[in-house]
Amino acid sequence: MDFSSIEYLLDESAKNGLPIGQIVLREEQRESGTSKEAIMERVAHTWQVMKNAANAGIATDMRSVSGLTGGDAAQYYNHLRNHKNLLGSFEAKAVAYALATSGYNAAMGVIAAAPTAGAAGILPGVLIAAQEEYGFSERDAYEALLTAGGIGTAIANRATISGASGGCQAECGTASAMAAAALTEVMGGTPRKCVNAAALALKNCLGLACDPVAGLVEVPCVKRNGVYAVLAITAADMALAGIQSFIPLDEVIDSMYQIGCGMPSCIRETGEGGLAATPTGQTAKRRLT
Amino acid sequence: MGIGLFDILGPITVGPSSSHTAGAVRLGLVCRRLLGSDVKQAKITFYGSFAETYKGHGTEKAVIGGLLGFLPDNEKIRESLALAEFRGLQYQIFTAEDLRLHPNTVLIEAASKERNLRMMGASVGGGAVCVTEINGMEVEASFEEDTVILFHRDAPGVLAGIAHVLTSCGYNIGNLRLSRTRREGDVITVVETDVPVDEETLERLLEVESVSDAIMIPRF
Repeated sequence: MDFSSIEYLLDESAKNGLPIGQIVLREEQRESGTSKEAIMERVAHTWQVMKNAANAGIATDMRSVSGLTGGDAAQYYNHLRNHKNLLGSFEAKAVAYALATSGYNAAMGVIAAAPTAGAAGILPGVLIAAQEEYGFSERDAYEALLTAGGIGTAIANRATISGASGGCQAECGTASAMAAAALTEVMGGTPRKCVNAAALALKNCLGLACDPVAGLVEVPCVKRNGVYAVLAITAADMALAGIQSFIPLDEVIDSMYQIGCGMPSCIRETGEGGLAATPTGQTAKRRLT
Repeated sequence: MGIGLFDILGPITVGPSSSHTAGAVRLGLVCRRLLGSDVKQAKITFYGSFAETYKGHGTEKAVIGGLLGFLPDNEKIRESLALAEFRGLQYQIFTAEDLRLHPNTVLIEAASKERNLRMMGASVGGGAVCVTEINGMEVEASFEEDTVILFHRDAPGVLAGIAHVLTSCGYNIGNLRLSRTRREGDVITVVETDVPVDEETLERLLEVESVSDAIMIPRF
């Protein structure tokens, strides 16, 4: 898909009276030359992989390959089961599933990147929790995933979704924007509201460094997925209330790209700066190499 | 080609990193497919970021998983070191430094019962790979399209013969790249086609003068 503008998605959506997800489906069909049914089957498979990873990540207390992380999801889920959570039950479940997916990823489990492996917990965390809490159909979940895919594609084409190029704002920021739009869509928001939700989410991730300890997708990545799932929900809730982003999403994406270009390479996935450079980060690295 | 929906909602792969794990599986798998049968021995050398972080990313499990024939979304990759022993694949892991190479580069020197293969490749992001060297010859192949790898000698008319066989069997050549060691030396030609080339056509390619091998690797 070669669109690089959210305004294009909104225009097409308004012109055809269709949700963003249907425009994305049409674009993907044109790009791949495959049928709508084949694409929807793959979306359904992706959703199944997301659910498997979230559930497996909670059920097991697997450590990561390096041993740096593991068990966070189980610990948080326990907290939730004992009704000790400060967050509402929806947000708390989103945190649990996001942590679970990310922890499962770090332990070499099978995940669906969304848009990257490092940020793979945010979108499924939010959507799986929303489905449990609000009970929408599988079909609605697929539509929401298509919407998320549209937002992610526009960001990838217009800017970057790689931490090495744009820092974590490009990975967890994009994932949060995708999750916020997907949640807004599934909760009945208009295409415009979905886009506002994505803009509010991405705006609040700008400048986020990618500074993983020892260069591994673990610290701070796993817990960050949990925290940014809640940010996505907050952005969606504001948008559903009718709050608009003062800066349109296309311009937010452009500024994300500009900020990424200006970031020193030590905080763009090299594992040299930021948290990776702290005494604790350095000690962990020495232990692993 | 623009970005696909499933580059954003995906790839579906074992974690933790699309470049350090999924791409590494693909490189191992390409090596296995080039060898054409079970890999019995493998000497794996990691460079750059692969060398620094392979233990934490499970990159060695990923490469060996690929050598065992697993696709990147196979849960068994986590257990591939134990499975390698079970399936009679002996491996050694080394690290080395070469700043001229892409930071995520691996050299695989592998052997099956029948033959040896030396392959170098890089994981270039999002699970995509680029094979850069086969048996000492520079190549450039991503295996994102159906790909035929031909081994032959540098001689007039060989390329025309290859093109003739493919065209007369109804295949469209999407991309073709040839590299030779020296004049009249060994050549590897990488041909991308729009659909997989069948057995019969591969047989006919082997009849082209000086073609010693023709290996089809379907897109994956």
